[in-house]
Amino acid sequence: MPDARSDIFARIREALKVKAPRPHLKGEPVAGKTSAAAKPWLPDGGESAEASLAILAEQLAKLKAMLIRVPDHASAAKAVAELAAAKNWKKVAYHGHPLLRPVAAALPCEAWEADASFEKQRLEGCDAGLTTCESIVAQLGAILVSSASSGGRALSILPHAHVVVAEAAQVVPDLGSALALAKARHGDQMPSMLSFITGPSRTGDIERILVLGAHGPKELYLVLVG
Amino acid sequence: MSDSKAIFLKDAAVNAADGDQRAFIRKALGGYYVNRDLQKARYRDWERARDAASLAKWSAVNDLAAVLEQFVANFERNGGVVHWARDAAEARDIILKIAADNQAKAIVKSKCMTSEEIHLNDALEKAGYGVVESDLGEFIQQLRGEAPYHFVFPCMHVKREAISELFTKHLGTAPTDSPEELTMIARRHLRQLYVDADIGITGANFLVAETGQISITENEGNARLTAALPRIHVALSGIEKVVRHLDDLSVLLPMLATAGAGQPMTCYNTLYSGPRKEGECDGPEQFHLVLLDNSRTRLLADPEQRDALHCIRCGACLNVCPIFKNIGGLAYGTTYQGPIGSVITPHLRGLKQWNHLSGASSLCGACTDACPVRIDLHHHLLHNRRNAAKEAPTLFDRVFHHGFNFVIKRPWLFAAGGRIFRATLPLLQKLPLPYMGAWMKTRDLPEAPARSFRDQWKNPDA
Amino acid sequence: MRVSLFVPCFVDQLTPQVGLATAKVLKRLGHEVEFRPAQTCCGQPSFNSGQWDVAREAAVRALGVFRGAEVVVGPSGSCVAMMRQFYPELLKGTPHAAEADDLAARTFEFSEFLVKKLGVTDVGAKFAKKVTYHDGCHALRELRLKEEPRRLLRAVKGLELIETEEGETCCGFGGLFSAKFPMISTAMAQVKGGALARTGADYVVSSDPSCLLQIGGWLSREGKPILPLHIAEVLAADA
Ligand code: SF4
Repeated sequence: MPDARSDIFARIREALKVKAPRPHLKGEPVAGKTSAAAKPWLPDGGESAEASLAILAEQLAKLKAMLIRVPDHASAAKAVAELAAAKNWKKVAYHGHPLLRPVAAALPCEAWEADASFEKQRLEGCDAGLTTCESIVAQLGAILVSSASSGGRALSILPHAHVVVAEAAQVVPDLGSALALAKARHGDQMPSMLSFITGPSRTGDIERILVLGAHGPKELYLVLVG
Repeated sequence: MSDSKAIFLKDAAVNAADGDQRAFIRKALGGYYVNRDLQKARYRDWERARDAASLAKWSAVNDLAAVLEQFVANFERNGGVVHWARDAAEARDIILKIAADNQAKAIVKSKCMTSEEIHLNDALEKAGYGVVESDLGEFIQQLRGEAPYHFVFPCMHVKREAISELFTKHLGTAPTDSPEELTMIARRHLRQLYVDADIGITGANFLVAETGQISITENEGNARLTAALPRIHVALSGIEKVVRHLDDLSVLLPMLATAGAGQPMTCYNTLYSGPRKEGECDGPEQFHLVLLDNSRTRLLADPEQRDALHCIRCGACLNVCPIFKNIGGLAYGTTYQGPIGSVITPHLRGLKQWNHLSGASSLCGACTDACPVRIDLHHHLLHNRRNAAKEAPTLFDRVFHHGFNFVIKRPWLFAAGGRIFRATLPLLQKLPLPYMGAWMKTRDLPEAPARSFRDQWKNPDA
Repeated sequence: MRVSLFVPCFVDQLTPQVGLATAKVLKRLGHEVEFRPAQTCCGQPSFNSGQWDVAREAAVRALGVFRGAEVVVGPSGSCVAMMRQFYPELLKGTPHAAEADDLAARTFEFSEFLVKKLGVTDVGAKFAKKVTYHDGCHALRELRLKEEPRRLLRAVKGLELIETEEGETCCGFGGLFSAKFPMISTAMAQVKGGALARTGADYVVSSDPSCLLQIGGWLSREGKPILPLHIAEVLAADA
């Protein structure tokens, strides 16, 4: 008996002997690479850096994510420290990134660099995870983290709060730009996980009523430098 | 009549008459409509974005062999293991074997309709594994011992009081009527389970050929945790989920969220390209992907309805479907409910057994308008009806339509028949005739006029 | 223009006043109106039931009936959609394909014909009542008519147009569906009829007489004080 793989491919080839017409379209047929051509029809991500930042702020507010804008890295560290104090965080896990070490050092509570020896149970006990990100999508208010930029897979999802420290220059207008940037940066060595985070974790499963913090972080902070 | 049809008719009738349930479902969807419209308005051209989304899927599905091959090559290069399953049984066996080979005990799952399709939980439980659904809605349905009501909103029909009772019974928690508190109960309960599980099972929304990544869309973060903490990640996906380019996601991800849930994007859209890589501090040691046919190639072989494989399972067609909203998701008796389920189930599970779903539609077309990838849903219901009439004609339909045709072929007979019909209408209404009796049970007919239009046209003054 | 009337079979037999009103409005606008008595049913019941061979016969007959007509106008979005959208599909690849496309191009729903083809919105009607409008699904989604009937109604003297909740929701008729799945169809009528009754309008107006059969049938059974009326009857009213 042929193996499943060859069987399935044989079925597919047989099935596709008859061509299906292109779907009914509303507009003129789109030439070339379809998804890139769709850019002007999708939600606006801003034509200038300033416009993008304005859209980003609006999107984050709607998503109930907190945007904290600071002028420099020193103020970023201060802002996160204030946040930790205000929220009464006891333990914060952070990604050992040069941008984050000074932030962690300024924390008024226990700070744990989670990269070196990873323990799920210990991470579960942390109040917040502190990471960097790959890029930020103004169009959707989405923050792209990766297993490279955020200290693995769990740090940005397991603790009850997630704090992202990023540079304003990391803001890109739209999702397509963020994907292109990731491709350009990593080539065929993509991090094993790339995740677009669009607001704090949520569910509407009970009577379609919105509740934040279903399984992932209840709170999401973006500290934007510059 | 097939069993599935008899059950459908009974359940649909009971549910359709349940005004409370209907009002509850409508209320639950109320917020969705508002948000969906707000998000759609942000698109600079929603209709053309639909064109692009449908083209992205069309282009991959119609070159499926090549695109899949590219995907698999890249996926394997990234360190993942691909398994092929012709049908549900093969898929179950593959997953059971992975579990056995790795001496797994506890399994945590994130929402995956394909796993419902192959009845994976039953198989795993029978084999002695502890399996927990981690998506809140799926978790609730698992505790209820009930299939999902809606493939995106699995427990949208369950009232909070019932959920509170359920949690009290199974988890021993105090009753509460706060959705927030109920969510937190589940959160607390499930956290440790992710940490303890050996295997995490997820679905996949898209397979990206260009990069060999799989894309998973969710809101709660449970899929993220499922793919982060256990030492083995198993993803299960239909072969039709593949897209050519990473960039296709720039259209598909936002549209999936907007059409299906009224969001700009869902909270987490995650691309996985293998197990934990060198230099990464966590993540699973193994990454398996089970690619399932299970009659998808049958649908592929029908060029007329091939576009049903473009479906991105957003659920928009259910949310606008008046049939779904009146009979509810469970009455369908299928893995995929609503219009898309009525279209594809006859292909996946047999036309004879499942064609009644295509009949149970007023063909209003709301689904087709809602579909972000422009699947011609309501016309496919017509195609199924046509195919069924050819393959498995019912005697009554044949006699009725040929009889009707005999009359309408002959204008004089039509006119004469009409005269008799009008004259005897008051009597006919009292007889238990098929069709008419069913109509008369809940609705009146207008009083029959003495003269037809054609009579009055010919003789205006008579 | 010489207009050939397409009077759906059940309008012919059950609601002839709709056909007469359609003719009256067209004549009032100065058009010549004919009715070709060889027409009967467009074949939609068989088409929707999957009996495409039967429906194909009906389609071919209709091609013969309307051969040579300048324009064909029908007071039903549903039956016009049958001719316009589904005849070409049914007859694709047959010797009748070209003629089916040709007939489709010459066939119009009544409100569509007035507004889009003739460019008329004020037909000189008077109707001092509160009305709400029901979009038949075929008119709305197959023919993409939404504004046309409303523009006509807004131009009627004395008429007050109220929009309803569940505006784009199906009434649940669906032809034989209403009898094959009576409970689902009735539930849909309840949703739709309930919303229509809550508007407080005197009449529910539609360009689809089949929807009016369903909605009117349910409203009448429930004793709701709102009556079904075809848009042609409103536009024909001049007192
Ligand atoms: S058929 Fe279209 S609307 Fe329905 S679930 Fe699939 S993609 Fe969404």
